Amino acid sequence: MNSLKSSFKNLLYYPSAILGILVVFLLVFTAVYAMVKIPYNEAIRLWRGGEDVWYQNPKFAPPAWINFFSSKKYAESFAVRTSDETMTKEVTPGAEGTSTMSVSYTFDFSYDYYPQDLILYFTSTYTEKQPFISVEWLRPDGEKIRIVNTALSKRQTYRFSQDAKLKTKLKTDDVIQALFSDPETGKLVRGQYQLLITGATFEPDSDINAEFVFHGQVYGLAGTDHARRDLVVPLLWGAPVALAFGLIASLGTSVLTMVIAAVGTWYGGWVDELIQRITEINLVLPFLSILIMIGTFYSRSIWVILGATIVLSIFTGAIKVYRSIFVQVKESAYIEAARAYGASGSRIVFLYLIPRMIPLLIPGLVSSIPAFVFLEASLALLGLGDPVLPTWGKIIQDANANGALYRGYYYWILEPATLLMVTGLGFAMLGFALDRIFNPKLRDV
Amino acid sequence: MAVVAQPTLEKPTVKKGRHENTLTRVSRYFVVRLLTLFVTVVISIYLTIMIANMGGHVDLIMKNEIRERVTGSIAGNPAFVKMEPEVRQKLIAERIAAEEERIGLNIPIAVRNFRYLSNALTLQLGRAINMTSDSGSKQVRLILLERLPATLLLMGISQLFLFFSSVFLALNLSRRYGNFWDKLVVALSPTSAVPPWFYGIFLILIFAALFRVLPFGGMVDSPPPSNPIDYSLSLLKHLILPAVALILSSIFLSIYNYRTFFLIYSSEDYVEMAKAKGLPSRDVERRYILRPTLPNIITNFALLIITLWSGALFTETVFLWPGLGRTLYQAIGLYDIPIIVGSTIIYAYLLAITVFLLDFIYALVDPRVKVGGRSVA
Repeated sequence: MNSLKSSFKNLLYYPSAILGILVVFLLVFTAVYAMVKIPYNEAIRLWRGGEDVWYQNPKFAPPAWINFFSSKKYAESFAVRTSDETMTKEVTPGAEGTSTMSVSYTFDFSYDYYPQDLILYFTSTYTEKQPFISVEWLRPDGEKIRIVNTALSKRQTYRFSQDAKLKTKLKTDDVIQALFSDPETGKLVRGQYQLLITGATFEPDSDINAEFVFHGQVYGLAGTDHARRDLVVPLLWGAPVALAFGLIASLGTSVLTMVIAAVGTWYGGWVDELIQRITEINLVLPFLSILIMIGTFYSRSIWVILGATIVLSIFTGAIKVYRSIFVQVKESAYIEAARAYGASGSRIVFLYLIPRMIPLLIPGLVSSIPAFVFLEASLALLGLGDPVLPTWGKIIQDANANGALYRGYYYWILEPATLLMVTGLGFAMLGFALDRIFNPKLRDV
Repeated sequence: MAVVAQPTLEKPTVKKGRHENTLTRVSRYFVVRLLTLFVTVVISIYLTIMIANMGGHVDLIMKNEIRERVTGSIAGNPAFVKMEPEVRQKLIAERIAAEEERIGLNIPIAVRNFRYLSNALTLQLGRAINMTSDSGSKQVRLILLERLPATLLLMGISQLFLFFSSVFLALNLSRRYGNFWDKLVVALSPTSAVPPWFYGIFLILIFAALFRVLPFGGMVDSPPPSNPIDYSLSLLKHLILPAVALILSSIFLSIYNYRTFFLIYSSEDYVEMAKAKGLPSRDVERRYILRPTLPNIITNFALLIITLWSGALFTETVFLWPGLGRTLYQAIGLYDIPIIVGSTIIYAYLLAITVFLLDFIYALVDPRVKVGGRSVA
């Protein structure tokens, strides 16, 4: 055990190992943070919730921090409700239970690109008589544009860009562009814009509430995808999923491989022969195609895939490596001594043979983690990712399916790809250093 | 099991055994290898069928096949043309039932799987549900074999390049071990943990999306040039990125591994002896270092190729390369069961052929096969 400890101390002499350890710690931290900050059910709701959850976000929006690197600024998204303090709502009661109200919201627009869309979500309460509203738009130069006059149902959505009447009125195809630019020069105008909503209700308990959603060109820390989903959720939650998949798969595979190799070597005879033959068959068994078959025909659950991965990865070349070493260890004197005092076969296998191999197991275990992490991402790329869980691979799949590279949404692929790459390289570097420490044969070269 | 059986650094022990003719020994070795490999392939395909048929998916392929055939034969028979539609439907249903009985769809599943096994081994893979080959056939075998050359081209070129360049570079590095380039390769070797398709995404981003110098994907320009020279140039242009992705993802680790083998063998006594004799360093390298290391290198390369075979699936998908892998990807999207099962079987064959070819090369370079005949398992 002491030698194991000193071996780990040796790690600090390898810069790549230190970097690897750092990455692993960061990952574990991210994973814990993700699970504490966004509990599982909340993460699933945010990932699969539907249009109700994501309506405030713009589509295909890069992260907001790209503004730091760009001399031309992209509009940031926001959403306000009448219940918020920044939006003023004044109600003036009138005769016979009627009332008029005016809602106004002023915001600063100082960007170089037009926003994607402006949307108003109205909710109103009434029993018989529908309330009525009119929306106006006040530009920095003081010009007032009448947007729409309409009677409200209980829930109503108004999209500025989709209004055909407004299009003809402004004589343009792109309403958003017209609203934010000078009618004469057609150039973008910066400054204070104001949204004015005047409403009239005709019943005593009737009320109107509005939510103003401004879909900019950039959003949040990680941007959004084709379904308006905030990418922060899958990027954060990808860490625990990747870690769990990688660790469980590699631990399961390495430990089972070693136990089977030890049992085969110790008992020899037909057991050993059988293990060897299974290994040969497994070699020509197309691993990925079979995983794909299982994924398409039976279940895409990450746990089923994990189980199949472990089963198919036990009988590989590694079993032969372990076997060749166990054959040598089997002849050593302490095993002879154990046999002489009458130790049982299972005692020898589990207490004497396997512990001897732990130094060899550790580097192999760590180095095989990246392969499994990437396996999950690869399967997701084919559309065989877990249907429920948000993972890095699924972001890449969505991006690839929507032609992100072709259409220039680089952030969409680069974010998960960088995380996968850092994770893979972190474990690979650590495993590499461990390999050099535990295999003295490699240390000099 | 010779090839992938010994990934350890086992040194060839030359035993002078019975004085048999080298040719008979080598050919006996191959006959035995071929037979064992055949048995392995049979078992692995049986397992594939078993996994697929757990949910009755292979049965479905057979049923579709029968329905197609029976309906076709009745519709094409002039004797039945004037029949009432209901009567004809009934007749079809009866014939399908009789045919299913004859084929044996109602016998126990384990026995039934054996019947499918012989179909699979002879590549009678049934008919696709949605997909068709470029020539318009719905035969799974034709669809898959049509796509095979594209995969072989991509894999062949990138693997050959990978092997020779990494052996060459590794020899060079082992000669000047400890210098900057050597340290760089050692430092870069963990990058091989990243699969080829992943490099592919970055390559597409850089060379296709940003610089617009190479195509995003596909195999030739559209429409394909009619002139054979233009055609091959266009093919070459499309080949660069996927091949580079495949090579990039394994080259550093390969160089590192081979270099380590070379270094271990170059510290042997007989190498010192050869140097002391005053042999030119080129001869020492070729005969005393490269030669004994080759079996190890080939073993290592074999394991690499086997993982790359299935890994090419994703590379093809990312680069829209019209090979087997992309066909499988399309089949998943269309839920085309016969194609999915069929391509798994084709992949099993490809793996077996790879193992056999590498065995062949292994036998050429491993003196044990020629001299002792010992490693015939």
